[in-house]
Amino acid sequence: MKYLKIFILVAFAGLLIYGSLDLPYRGDADNLMHSQRSITDTVVAGNYFIQEAYNDANTPNMVTVVLGDYRSIDTLGEQVVVFTAGLICLLILRRYRPI
Amino acid sequence: MRTQFESPIVLLGSRLLSPYIMLFGIYVIFHGHYSPGGGFQGGALLASSVILIRLSGGRIVSRLQVREFFTTPLAAIGVIVYFGTGIVSILFGSYFLDYEALPFPGGLDPAALRYYGILVIEIGIGIAVMAILVMIYDHMARGEDYV
Amino acid sequence: MYDFLLGHYSYWLTIILLCIGLYGIIFKKNLVKKTIGLTILQASVVLYWVSLGSKWGATVPVLDPAYPASDVANYLNPLPHTLMLTAIVVGVATLGVAFALLIATYNRYKTLDEDEILEQIQ
Repeated sequence: MKYLKIFILVAFAGLLIYGSLDLPYRGDADNLMHSQRSITDTVVAGNYFIQEAYNDANTPNMVTVVLGDYRSIDTLGEQVVVFTAGLICLLILRRYRPI
Repeated sequence: MRTQFESPIVLLGSRLLSPYIMLFGIYVIFHGHYSPGGGFQGGALLASSVILIRLSGGRIVSRLQVREFFTTPLAAIGVIVYFGTGIVSILFGSYFLDYEALPFPGGLDPAALRYYGILVIEIGIGIAVMAILVMIYDHMARGEDYV
Repeated sequence: MYDFLLGHYSYWLTIILLCIGLYGIIFKKNLVKKTIGLTILQASVVLYWVSLGSKWGATVPVLDPAYPASDVANYLNPLPHTLMLTAIVVGVATLGVAFALLIATYNRYKTLDEDEILEQIQ
């Protein structure tokens, strides 16, 4: 049983390293992710956010503009998740018989 | 975690530090437009300043700072502020969470209106995250007493 | 060869951290240690995502008046940072739920060891 666990761990690590040999170089300036237009000739989102964030919202911090203005519904979903986690803690640990 | 930690030096150090941590948390929330920060980071700092007193002083001393039954309504208020901004935008004739339709006085251009809309949202997020983290800690500290 | 190592070493370090977390989940018998292994695995995934959006010679995605925003090689990609902010907060919330479940388990079975709980169930 112990040798099965060791075999699973080593096989998973080997599979991941074999899969990472084909990834693009880190920090390369001509990645597909950092280009101006994508392969199917649409606008890539990262460059649009860098160029237009200050014109749209008068705010220097680009991460706050993306999180609060362009993708605000994702932030609403995240707040609902955190609120639900707090409610779950309230409901699990509620007992009526002290020791 | 009900009773006090036995050392008075820990209690003295926490009492000196806790208001400054709370002030820094409020600064991080409001300065989220100009430097890295924002709602979630400031809410975690505010929660840590309250939990510091609860850990080192016990339950009876820390009731003077934030009472225990008060955190659940505060979490609901935080989510209502976020949702309310969206519903106000619908009431004034545009789609959900459109900041250009918010009724701020003084005739501002659309870029400044989005600035104030993001600020209102960040305050709501900060209040909600602080209340929920303190609520999780409170219920875990009480839940280990019961059978 | 040197270029290949310089471009890929960060992925391998992330995979080592993931395997440390997986070792904690599979091999340890205490329930609290398994939860901590889960947290280490989540931290490694966050690190991998943030390292994908990096560029040589670029700065933080906060607008500086000295570097104009029309040249996109000056600033990092803001999208992975935003998505990982959400992921960190959700991770903390689920960690709180996991510990609440552990307290309820201890109150019911009086032990936190995996083998003893399995014996008491059957």
